[in-house]
Amino acid sequence: MSKPLGFEKPLGMRDILPDVLEKQRWLEHQVKACMKQWGYREIGTPTLEYYDTVGGASATLDHKLFKLLDSEGKTVVLRPDMTAPIARVASSLLKEEPLPLRLMYTANVFRAQKNEAGRNAEFPQLGIECVGSSSVDADAEAIALAVSVLKEADVPVFKIAVGHIGFLEGLLEEIIEEKEDREKLKEFLYHRDYVGFRHYAKGLALPEGNEARLYELLRLRGGKELLERAEAITVNGQARKAVNNLRELWEALEAYQVEEYVLLDLNLLRSLDYYTGILFEGYAANQGFSICAGGRYDSLMAQFGRPCPATGFAVQMDSLLEAVNYQPVQANKFLILYHANQRTEALARARALRTEEKAVVITQRKEEWAQTDFSQYTEVIDLTGEEAI
Amino acid sequence: MNAKEKLIVAMPKGRIFEEAADLLRRAGVPLPPEFDDSRKLIVPVPKANLDFILAKPTDVPTYVEYGVADIGVVGKDVLLEENRDVYELLDLQISRCRISVAGLPGWRPSGSSAPRVATKYPHVASKYFREQGQQVEVIKLNGSIELAPLIGLADRIVDIVSTGRTLKENGLVELEEIMPITTRLIANRVSYRMKSEAVDYIYEKFASIVEER
Repeated sequence: MSKPLGFEKPLGMRDILPDVLEKQRWLEHQVKACMKQWGYREIGTPTLEYYDTVGGASATLDHKLFKLLDSEGKTVVLRPDMTAPIARVASSLLKEEPLPLRLMYTANVFRAQKNEAGRNAEFPQLGIECVGSSSVDADAEAIALAVSVLKEADVPVFKIAVGHIGFLEGLLEEIIEEKEDREKLKEFLYHRDYVGFRHYAKGLALPEGNEARLYELLRLRGGKELLERAEAITVNGQARKAVNNLRELWEALEAYQVEEYVLLDLNLLRSLDYYTGILFEGYAANQGFSICAGGRYDSLMAQFGRPCPATGFAVQMDSLLEAVNYQPVQANKFLILYHANQRTEALARARALRTEEKAVVITQRKEEWAQTDFSQYTEVIDLTGEEAI
Repeated sequence: MNAKEKLIVAMPKGRIFEEAADLLRRAGVPLPPEFDDSRKLIVPVPKANLDFILAKPTDVPTYVEYGVADIGVVGKDVLLEENRDVYELLDLQISRCRISVAGLPGWRPSGSSAPRVATKYPHVASKYFREQGQQVEVIKLNGSIELAPLIGLADRIVDIVSTGRTLKENGLVELEEIMPITTRLIANRVSYRMKSEAVDYIYEKFASIVEER
């Protein structure tokens, strides 16, 4: 490897220039204000965590973790998400706090990436976790809040797809005896390989009706009416329970008046063994990648010694930045030009303006004036009388 | 055929193109006659509410993953090699071939600690040999793979085989089949949901034709 050139950065790392950061801060403000109105309180956690605790518990795949050694030789990771760190805090520092805990965060998370545009190794996420409630109301709250957040951020057109891991697993269990075959089919769904799924299902030589039920699973996308179709291909047990769970969820979403933004998608699978119930993913029009995602993860907290149900979601700031049109607010910015002997007057003028919350730049260097883009200032106050503007 | 929302379709130039265009026509897409030998990279077909991007096959999954194309037509060989996060919706069952290991007749393990394999598909080849418990050195080539064993660059190759004629003409034999390959219909993660009606419409059109075959 050659020595990096002066301007180069490690793979997947980037700088954020003022124009973009201004938009990002505005979006953060909108999103955080919305989350706060729903009673979520902001929390911070460290950038580095132990591999054995947070690293192992995270839904992020092992090969995407940034691993380092600390001075004692322990493996640490750059936090790959905020959910596992918050679960750690909820089980330790906050373990006496009554449940449910409603927490929110805005933080940069880290994932090792291949060398490609749009795949950043460090990226900002905003999200919430609701720890300690197993009720469908908590699931509905997460989805409705996600809708609310995307609206507050002015995302013009978006949809949230909602799935249920219990339905998927329940249905597969009803139809297929061997655990290995079920895992295999789940993997095909996880990789969105429907061709492979159908091919593998065919190879299992299932009774005809059962094969058709598996194929029907791939078509279960739509509104509330889809729940009847879903129910029709299940016998009882876990999958039926999941359908009822989704029916209750839909009722709650109707009460929130957000059902127009929601579509059900019963083959949605976001991680192979992390989510335990309702899960969802949000998309904005004309964006190639999802904009937010989340769901119920009832087995994570137990890994930190405080077994309890939980749900949450995270918004990808980078997707949000691309999806939203932002008109920067023209800030009131003043420029004062002065000669050395006018400094006292210039500073007094600047002080007065700044107390009115105006931004003021002062300069006495003539050579700088020539390069100044005066159009970025609301007003130029020329104490010298020399710079005819 | 007329989908409600406009879709952008990435089509592979080359091997698959003709058969894919034929399939589209039979699905009722009114492709203009000049479509087949167009030098244009973007061909709008307003009657079908579709815009076609004519791309190098290996780039089709990339366009679809990033969402600049909503759906795409591409060989499974490319999907395996590129490993992109896209929906693989349907086996179009065209351009049937296989990805195989080939070499000179009478090839025997040489006893070399890491025999060389030349291929356009380094990921597929590495994965296959690892699963076979064989240590090999993979050399990436961009074309005329058959040349490699003939001039001693590698002793085996991994490549697409359809009739086996190219291998035969170059005095090579197929040693093992890695897997059968057909062409697939793929979709972007977001388009699959945000434009689900249009995507489903095209899917159904294709599915009914593929089933007839």
